[in-house]
Amino acid sequence: MESTTHDAHAPPHQEPGFWQKYIFSTDHKVIGLQYGITGLMFLFMGFCLMTMMRWQLAYPGHPIPIVGKLLFRVLGEDMVGKDAAGHVGVMMPGLYNSFGAMHGTIMVFLAIVPLAFGAFGNFVTPLQIGAPDMAFPRVNMVSYQFYFMGGIIMLASFFIPGGAAQSGWTSYSPLATVADMGTRPNGQTFWIIGMVFLISSSLLGAVNFITTIIQMRAEGLTWMRLPFFVWAQFVTGFLLLLAFPPLEAAAVLQLGDNLLHTSFFLPTGLVVSGQHLHVSGGGSPLLWQHLFWFLGHPEVYVLILPGMGIVTEIIACNTRKPIWGYRSMVYSVLTIGFLSFIVWAHHMYLTGMGTRIATFFQTTTMMISIPSVIILTSLFISLWGASMRFNTPMLFALGFLPMFGIGGLTGLPLGFNASDIHLHDTYYVIAHFHYVVAPGTIFALFAGIYYWYPKVTGRFMNEFWGRVHFALSFIFMNLVFMPMFIQGMAGLSRRMYDGGATYAAQDGVVGLSKQVIGLNIPISHAVWALGLAQLPFVINFFWSIRRGKKITSDNPWQATTLEWQTPTPPPHGNFEKPVEVFRGPYEYSVPGHATDFTPQNEPPTAAPAPHGNPLLS
Amino acid sequence: MEIPYSVKPRPDTGLYNAKVGIWLFLASEVMLFGALFCSYILLRVNAPDGMWPHHWLNIWLGMTNTIVLIFSSVTVVLSWASLKMGQFKRYKLYQGVTILCALTFLCIKSYEYHDKFIHYEVILTDGRIADGHIEKGQTTADTVALLGWWPKDEAALMDPPMGHPVEKIEIPRKQIKTMENYGPWHNTYTAIYFVLTGLHALHVLAGAIVIFAIWGPLAKVWEQDPERYINRVEVSGLFWHFVDLVWIFLFPVLYLL
Repeated sequence: MESTTHDAHAPPHQEPGFWQKYIFSTDHKVIGLQYGITGLMFLFMGFCLMTMMRWQLAYPGHPIPIVGKLLFRVLGEDMVGKDAAGHVGVMMPGLYNSFGAMHGTIMVFLAIVPLAFGAFGNFVTPLQIGAPDMAFPRVNMVSYQFYFMGGIIMLASFFIPGGAAQSGWTSYSPLATVADMGTRPNGQTFWIIGMVFLISSSLLGAVNFITTIIQMRAEGLTWMRLPFFVWAQFVTGFLLLLAFPPLEAAAVLQLGDNLLHTSFFLPTGLVVSGQHLHVSGGGSPLLWQHLFWFLGHPEVYVLILPGMGIVTEIIACNTRKPIWGYRSMVYSVLTIGFLSFIVWAHHMYLTGMGTRIATFFQTTTMMISIPSVIILTSLFISLWGASMRFNTPMLFALGFLPMFGIGGLTGLPLGFNASDIHLHDTYYVIAHFHYVVAPGTIFALFAGIYYWYPKVTGRFMNEFWGRVHFALSFIFMNLVFMPMFIQGMAGLSRRMYDGGATYAAQDGVVGLSKQVIGLNIPISHAVWALGLAQLPFVINFFWSIRRGKKITSDNPWQATTLEWQTPTPPPHGNFEKPVEVFRGPYEYSVPGHATDFTPQNEPPTAAPAPHGNPLLS
Repeated sequence: MEIPYSVKPRPDTGLYNAKVGIWLFLASEVMLFGALFCSYILLRVNAPDGMWPHHWLNIWLGMTNTIVLIFSSVTVVLSWASLKMGQFKRYKLYQGVTILCALTFLCIKSYEYHDKFIHYEVILTDGRIADGHIEKGQTTADTVALLGWWPKDEAALMDPPMGHPVEKIEIPRKQIKTMENYGPWHNTYTAIYFVLTGLHALHVLAGAIVIFAIWGPLAKVWEQDPERYINRVEVSGLFWHFVDLVWIFLFPVLYLL
């Protein structure tokens, strides 16, 4: 389809100003880009926190180079101290805890979910289903604004007295209530209020996405003709819709504990710093964990499913073959969605909730690995016998497969409660879920950015620097996380401020070996190198907006799905005329067809009528 | 640009967008209140034997509120049905009654809250417990005046006998060890009571505001686009039914059990 300009025929409406076009836009594509840019900024911020923490882990007690003095000036001496020689810039335990909690919070709630669901979901989903926009454009705008507000509140908490929340991204009670008790409101209060905004944003987004997918599919786009990406977003929407409200309830209850002196999560007879806490008691710390992980585990699938969707689109397009086992993938993703609601307590084997309950959750946890393996296997089999195009998006998509595989398989020992007793709360856990999310989901997100960039800007990103970005990221991701498996199996706890030095083996004392603790140093160097490896991406991203290779067609990858059948970039309202769909999403290399791709909206040749014969479709 | 199916139902689903949206939203609301009901169960199961309060709330007030809300559910349906039949004046009347019901509910609820905030449990230095409503007029810097009784221990306070004698109690402040009203901080029962009913009251308020907005300021939509107007009334009505339904669970759980 050629892109033609219809501006001459358009009714003389007023061109919206800058504010209306870019800030208070109701266009799903602009909102998608808002999510994308904000999310990438938070991704960068979350990473920066980690680069500083890695210094403290590799060289405990040494002043942080370059930014140490700046941190001291901004955050004050409670947070940033001096070493023995009087050099300013040592990260204090409180700051380490803050950075740890906020790294998790920012990465999960402010970076990955907004990118995977908010950005890609918003930009691509309506295009792929042939809709002019989301079902509720104004609600869409509000959900971005809530997300933005939540982000601002989280960021502001770094600069209030006492600093940001210090009780981990899981905010376990009673720690979250008794930490930093002197100041109210404190970082934890900000965290809760920020979360309420983020949860509201996700809820509105989820309602909007599901409604859009149910109601706005183009003529002829039946459920089994939906691209897998849309299915992934659909299930993700349900996870957000149903799993987030219990955390909202939990947040309200914890706010009560922190500000109103209620005792939802505070047990009777709680003693803090040798003092009996003056609360009524009778609450249950386990209640918080149940409510948190009821969200927390579906959230893991919120992080991964959109990534799988992106990777599926790119693999189908670049193998020039239909996806193998599309239907089983769809049923698998629905099964994952259902099962993810009944596995949460595998995060709680060590809480003493009882062996029978643990057995139940161990069983469901093993069950949920089956559909995940089906999806991954289908994608691997899809590669078989293909004449692949190894462009940057495809490289990232191919990188995703084994990386997510490692992440998934290393989760099995954590799902068995016998082996989890040893591995719980060690670096093994960190390595496991980072393999799922960092070289897993983030690679999928990079793949998606390189893949859909031409649709957004009309230009390709630079291919050479894209490959450099992939190769370096792939190497350093593995250098960062692979050694953590070894550290974790050796028993290094994930919450050590000094990288495990406290528990180092000494003469006659059993403890962590020098080699295990020593691994901290190469890991940290790999983290910083990973940061530098993102420079080609950042430069490429901005440089290509103006200077990238121009596309010569609206469908530069020669893909089948509907988002490529629009003008580039798609105008407000997306399609120039109503779309009708005649076939499944991945009709590549159909024998007898002139090209090796058949767009979903291409009418069947047997039907001479211009609108197609519904009986033949 | 026109969003399809924002007024007319989509043929294959039989629903317009907002109706799908509100049902999804209500599903998330079920999870929100569901989580709080689960919290209630866990807290109650965890409470030591005999230490979960009973009969702390006035059943008659709760019952009145239940009837008020059920009645408002009826008027919401009638108002929607009237619009469907094109009887705008009828709709105005019925929905007006709905709004009045919402206000009545909130007034009764506020009275109940106030009653808890002026209800004090006082533990004296000699270990005795006094329990009752504070008499603001007679409470001074030196003495606290209550209209209440002397339970023999904490357990007696958990289920106050029906019609226990009420007397005027004056306690010098010097003899008071602790004094605390029945706010959310009092124990886990009052805490979950205030959260559950507070969140529900917020929903009542929000629903009433939306219904009022459609009923009053936005009523001219009826002339411009009657179908859209009926949809709005239907969607706000669905929300209102959900809010009623939550109360139908709250009343027995908090007042009767």
